[in-house]
Amino acid sequence: MDDARRRFLKIAGLSVLGLGIKPVTDAVATAGEVEITSSPNALKAKRWAMVVDIKKCLKAKKGCKECVIACNTTHNVPEFDNPKDEVKWIWLTSVKHAFPDQESQYAEGYYKDTLQDLPFVVLCNHCDNPPCVRVCPVQATFRRADGIVMMDYHRCIGCRFCMAACPFGARSLNWRDPRPFIKTPLNREYPTRSRGVVEKCTFCDERLAKGLQPACVAACKDKALVFGDVEDPNSEVRELLRKNPSIRRKPQLGTHPQVYYIL
Amino acid sequence: MLEKALTGSRSYKVWIVVLLAIVGIGFVNYLRQLDYGLGITGMSRDVSWGLYIGQFTFLVGVAASAVMLVLPYYLHNYKVFGKITILGEFLAVASVTMCLSFIIVDLGKPQRAFNVLLHPTPNSILFWDMVVLNGYLFLNIIIGWTLLGCERRGAPPPKWVKPLIYLSIPWAVSIHTVTAFLYAGLPGRGFWLTAIMAPRFLGSAFASGPSLLILFCLFLRKFTKFDAGWEAISSLAKIVTYAMLVSVFFFLCELFTVYYSQIPEHILHFNYLFQGLHGHSELTPWMWICIVLALVAVGLLINPKWRNNEKILPIACLCVFFSLWIEKGIALVLTGFIPSPLETITRYMPTPTELAITLGIWGLGFLVLSVLYKVALTVKEQTGDSASH
Amino acid sequence: MYNSGKIIIGIIIFLVLATFPFWFNRGVAQAPPKLEVGTQEKQCVESTPFMKANHMKLLVDWRDYVVRDGKREYTSTTGKKFDMSLQNTCMKCHTQKTKFCDRCHDYVEVAPTCWDCHIAPVEPGQAQQAKALRSSN
Repeated sequence: MDDARRRFLKIAGLSVLGLGIKPVTDAVATAGEVEITSSPNALKAKRWAMVVDIKKCLKAKKGCKECVIACNTTHNVPEFDNPKDEVKWIWLTSVKHAFPDQESQYAEGYYKDTLQDLPFVVLCNHCDNPPCVRVCPVQATFRRADGIVMMDYHRCIGCRFCMAACPFGARSLNWRDPRPFIKTPLNREYPTRSRGVVEKCTFCDERLAKGLQPACVAACKDKALVFGDVEDPNSEVRELLRKNPSIRRKPQLGTHPQVYYIL
Repeated sequence: MLEKALTGSRSYKVWIVVLLAIVGIGFVNYLRQLDYGLGITGMSRDVSWGLYIGQFTFLVGVAASAVMLVLPYYLHNYKVFGKITILGEFLAVASVTMCLSFIIVDLGKPQRAFNVLLHPTPNSILFWDMVVLNGYLFLNIIIGWTLLGCERRGAPPPKWVKPLIYLSIPWAVSIHTVTAFLYAGLPGRGFWLTAIMAPRFLGSAFASGPSLLILFCLFLRKFTKFDAGWEAISSLAKIVTYAMLVSVFFFLCELFTVYYSQIPEHILHFNYLFQGLHGHSELTPWMWICIVLALVAVGLLINPKWRNNEKILPIACLCVFFSLWIEKGIALVLTGFIPSPLETITRYMPTPTELAITLGIWGLGFLVLSVLYKVALTVKEQTGDSASH
Repeated sequence: MYNSGKIIIGIIIFLVLATFPFWFNRGVAQAPPKLEVGTQEKQCVESTPFMKANHMKLLVDWRDYVVRDGKREYTSTTGKKFDMSLQNTCMKCHTQKTKFCDRCHDYVEVAPTCWDCHIAPVEPGQAQQAKALRSSN
């Protein structure tokens, strides 16, 4: 159906070439073919992934949340005072909630002293086998070839099946009009969302298209967030995963999260 | 035939006006929800489905129960149900109407509901649920209306209805199976991740729907000229008894697996239900009422003497209905979200607006049901099929 | 036919009501709105007649290419390249939504939902409104 509709541009191209609209015929001499491409300086990957190096994220204990602010500012993410209406793309939570299956009553030392009270960065895991995509009745959320789990806000019907399916609580519905609650300076280059659609982190697909790193990665001065092509053996993320033991959230569920944590 | 619903006794008219008023109040509140967004309900980021989806799930079961009349009558030639199959089919129509309404009011963008048809997605269970529910609605409208029309004219039913009737039997099973699959296939929701979900749904459906039918039959027997006959009511009561026992057995199977394995992802939800979790116990009283009602129902139904007592049977049926309403309509959906996959607990409390909309849709269901039953009973009265055999 | 008199009267009343807008406005031509393009550019992405007739289809196509295929660059029949973006391309030239988009959409009585999410440019005299959007909580 999409293909059928998008064939319009090609047909339209022909009509511009003189099939119908008279004044346009003057332009025929110079008229060329319509072309749809990705821009030449876009970042490309076989499989985008993120590595969160918690050892470099210790400032979070002192209240650093540059990544969250950068994301909210870039994407006009609203901030509600009341947790009921909350919308979150990237946020800080405790290790207990990020890894609820890892708890140990007698954990001491590094776990207790460093991790226990440390706010942990969590976001959409852009799973390789995403349950949210599996359940969406309209393909409003879908997995791109480069692994990004995208949202089509134009198509979402707000049924929230994806929110029930996501094991990481990464998705938020706009329970009400978000615009009055955007507390960061409005980014006029990026849309807001409307009441009734589900939204989430998209690994900054719009920035990648311009050759930029995701906003949270760019904002972290301690380089605790690293982003790259995990299929490329020479990428920085692969280098980090080679040199450090890493874990992922809830791997037993078989969703294959693509956000890796180095503890 | 529909014009038969326009005339009636004074109490019938008062009843219709009351229902219209309830629907009207619900509709006005729905307009408010459309204007404000779903934030006007008690649902939240963590508990993202609530009363609406709970009612939907319960009512799919009530709808599926028509098969418990159609199957014995058409497959086993059990003539006693001949008079009341129409009641089952029309109950299915009213229930599915409510189901679809609850889905629509639960959508964040109802104006885009047709995207489900524009972008059909076979890997989504919700897509299939849409297919089977609408299919079931049309099957029952067509079958019920055609048969009633034939009865009125004293003509034999046309040949093409028979295949539709046979189709409606597996179709009834499919609606509740697919609805169970909405829940049973989600990773990270331990409360729902159980293979026995669909059998459990069917078990409880075949108890809740027929128990409601018994109540209707007893009501009509007492206040109208229509008498289903005690044999039919008694057979229905037997069905309710077995279905309720199966339903309780399935639930105990669930409890065994969860409490013997002691896997936190599953057990935490059940703890929340039965004793509360970290000081949150909103559902605990409900759940214990549900259990007590189920036990009372089983106790009353299992003894044939009580089951066949016209005073005791309705009490047992009310117990079955409300016990399963709590289990499907409240506990099942909410507990799936509490605790969340990140093990946080968020309280859910429906708002007055949400309650008014919910009540409005129940009102709509009863309105559809009353109109359809009125038509059916008037036809039966005219053809002389309403008195006792 | 039973009650034929009542039924015919009913049909007549229905027809009169249903066709009311046609005969009520008969012979009155509504003047088309004057649009202020708001730019010095000579040509849009495609020719003006093409855009007049097809901008909505073009935008829907752009939307799907960008969101669903991740392709963002449009090479028009003129050979020029554009970033396929309502907010960052279209509205950079058509800076006065109220005097361009809205005037025509009001005239033909359509209500596109683009602006529920996409942010319209701030127009002269509208700065206050924009502020209101920022601080109405």
